[in-house]
Amino acid sequence: MRVPDEDVIAVSDKDTALPRRSRRIRAYALTGGRTTTRHQLLVETLVSVPQYDPALSGTLMPESRSLYERARARCSIAELSVGLDLPLGVVRVLIGDLASQGAVYVHPTAHAYHHDTNVLERILDGLKRLPA
Amino acid sequence: MGSSGSPPEGELLTISAKIVVAGGFGVGKTTFVGSVSEVPPMSNEAWMTEAGQGVDEIPPGGKSTTTVAMDFGRITLRPDLLLYLFGTPGQARFWFLWDDLSRGALGAVVLVDTSRIDESFAAINYFENDSELPFVVAVNQFEGMPVHDLDEVRDALALDPAVPLVTCDARDRASTIATLTELVGHTLSLAVLSGPAGRELAGSAPHA
Repeated sequence: MRVPDEDVIAVSDKDTALPRRSRRIRAYALTGGRTTTRHQLLVETLVSVPQYDPALSGTLMPESRSLYERARARCSIAELSVGLDLPLGVVRVLIGDLASQGAVYVHPTAHAYHHDTNVLERILDGLKRLPA
Repeated sequence: MGSSGSPPEGELLTISAKIVVAGGFGVGKTTFVGSVSEVPPMSNEAWMTEAGQGVDEIPPGGKSTTTVAMDFGRITLRPDLLLYLFGTPGQARFWFLWDDLSRGALGAVVLVDTSRIDESFAAINYFENDSELPFVVAVNQFEGMPVHDLDEVRDALALDPAVPLVTCDARDRASTIATLTELVGHTLSLAVLSGPAGRELAGSAPHA
């Protein structure tokens, strides 16, 4: 998926203006040094954009905007980290901010249902049905 | 504010789950994930740490940071149910990152290569002593390797009799699926054993 600011955050290009480390340091600067968020964002947590708003997108910092654009197609925290080449901690903080604004929806993980064996049974059933 | 809104229109609420794939260096974790993932295993320098001795060069004037790669794969079990497999960083000094990966997981598969059995002691210790996660141990046994009796392997690993021990071929999709099925079955049996407490969470679950 193309995002408008691919040249701001390298998605796959190796030869970008900023060396890798500078981009990473810049990313942490963006979080204001914060490394936690009140949303429980596990590596497998899925996020998506309930109602895409191009005007909102235009007001976001480049890294947040790229995350917002990517999350238009349901995506896990880990996949966002890989796809945008951002450390997990940065993705968690910036997605946490977007979730607090209601800009992204945070889907539940199986852990939220850990007292409910139905979900485990569905997972077990799903594995058994996989084509070998 | 304070909620994460509603699911996108026309899109199902989707539950994701995670299984951790652990074991020492070179025991076949990436192969195991790759044999079943619907996408090529993804990898990224996901964590930045301030671990003393970095694998990176020291940035000019800065303190030493280390980046640690995570690799993972994905299986769509149903349109609204995804399973992720995460390999643990192999090196012992990154154990604190195992806590991050383990959080919320259904359980762990610890891979063992019998020709380098000591490589997996640390992972077994971690899941026996430092984690609440259910786990199974899978001996990665491919063609041409000497076949070991599982009881001997259990002895060599000093593995608790309650921990399931299976063999698998990490290159083989069906074998990997069978191993994952074994783990989830084990997790389910422990969940049932621990009683019906907390049924009230059903249906009202999501955090966030």
